[in-house]
Amino acid sequence: MMRHEVDITPNEVKVDGKVMNHNETGGALLTELYRTCVGDYPKFFKMDTLCKLGFVASELLLQAEGAPRFEPREDRAVVFFNRSASLQADTAYQATIQDPESFFPSPAAFVYTLPNIVTGEIAIRNKYYGETSFLVLEEYDESIVARELQNAFLDPMTKSILGGWLDCTDENHFEAHIFLIDNN
Amino acid sequence: MIVKVSDNIISPLGMSTAENYAAVKAGRSELKRRDGLWQLPEPFTASLMDREAVKGIAAQKHLDDRYTFFEKMIILSAEKALEATDIDPTSEKVLFILSTTKGNVFLLDQRETGFPAERVLLGLAARQMTEFFHNPNTPLVVSNACISGVCAQIQAMRELESGRFDYVVTVGADVQSAFIVSGFQSFKALSVEPCKPFDANRTGLNLGDAAATIVYTRKETIDENDWVACRGAIRNDANHISGPSRTGEGSYRALKAVLGDMNPERLAFINTHGTATLYNDEMESVAIERAGLAQVPVNGLKGYYGHTMGAAGILETILSMQAIDDNNILATRGFETLGVTHPLVLSNQNQPTDKRAFIKLLSGFGGCNAALLMAKGGAA
Repeated sequence: MMRHEVDITPNEVKVDGKVMNHNETGGALLTELYRTCVGDYPKFFKMDTLCKLGFVASELLLQAEGAPRFEPREDRAVVFFNRSASLQADTAYQATIQDPESFFPSPAAFVYTLPNIVTGEIAIRNKYYGETSFLVLEEYDESIVARELQNAFLDPMTKSILGGWLDCTDENHFEAHIFLIDNN
Repeated sequence: MIVKVSDNIISPLGMSTAENYAAVKAGRSELKRRDGLWQLPEPFTASLMDREAVKGIAAQKHLDDRYTFFEKMIILSAEKALEATDIDPTSEKVLFILSTTKGNVFLLDQRETGFPAERVLLGLAARQMTEFFHNPNTPLVVSNACISGVCAQIQAMRELESGRFDYVVTVGADVQSAFIVSGFQSFKALSVEPCKPFDANRTGLNLGDAAATIVYTRKETIDENDWVACRGAIRNDANHISGPSRTGEGSYRALKAVLGDMNPERLAFINTHGTATLYNDEMESVAIERAGLAQVPVNGLKGYYGHTMGAAGILETILSMQAIDDNNILATRGFETLGVTHPLVLSNQNQPTDKRAFIKLLSGFGGCNAALLMAKGGAA
């Protein structure tokens, strides 16, 4: 059963279907959402775009849920899907090694070259010790996402899932459609 | 229950499971120091495929140079696992799951021009495989850092339990490139020497190329020789995105979840992640101790293959099944003197066993950890 949902594109933010006012677009929108809705987690500024997107989207979602925050729990899984894996971070890291004359591989960039880092960021923020998982599909496919989320409840520990679609192709192009669901 | 139908490993140690097991049992490795490879300024030690040899083998299977080296590896491995069965891969009851971290990432290098740029997308790389087999289903790609290979098997178990598919072809692979090696070097995570898992003098990990496949199905009546995937669990440390938890939190919780009320004495061994980095191996010793499993023998296989990333969870599960079929606990190659806080039962020699179950344990960036309990003859 779906309880809450958040949609973010470079031009629009919706919480439970209700459009949120904002001034910025693209990557600046994520920073604006962080400043207006979160503000107390400076690690945000170190994140790649996929993590920033997942972080602010999950914050809006959990604020909509309104339950007590930051209490350790193992019964909530974080399960995301996308098409581009960590493409924005991969491209940024590749730029640090592309030129043999200025070859400076960056560990701070390399750590984000895995799509599941965003699941870890959300687990750390919220003290979620449960399942974290990232699946990549050729295209968004609602039936596959629904099927895999239902499958995730086959772990008897998992009672709710923070999950959905979280895609990012570069710093200004992204799409989040994430939600909280309970086991039926 | 969920049982293994067939498997395959393609690595520098051989093109089949049998060749790989024989090589590992004999203590062989292709971990070698590479100087100047891929124009990298620093040397590294890695276990790498002969790319020209793979090209020749692939050509015999009508895999021409429209396919990348990575795609050739996953298709060859899946093909070899399937050829031992009567499974029809064109059936809609067959699902392909790919476990990989970086797929065709080498295509991001501007000097690479031989392939369409969008093949860097993991879903498209996986699609090359399902199209080769004329499989009608959308392939799933599990990309959960270094635990992907166990996650893919857990995913396969769930797809079969839910009854939607009759067979899942679970393929794990990664191939090394300047991108991956330079990244791990920037983390100071690589050893220039062959790695020494759990050793007092360990200095880091090695990387390796490999592809490995396990085909799973659902079965009502279990024979004594059936390999049953009993339980799997994925848990997060909720601690740090690139450093393991000091309390082994996620690995401990994953171990507890797969053990359930099973008597640990039934375990032949725990096949660890054992990357030979200071922090990983220490963390695993903490988690194993906390889970009450300090008396169970442990081993690690990175000293034979290096860290094969998306392949590791599948490759290491296959070799662990082979070892139990051979009443053997494989040696931890590279290990000499215990160098973790909590005492573990480890050996650099093969050891006999008559037990029939094991746990495969992995952990990775993003704070993720996974455990899988496998038992021969079922009911663990």
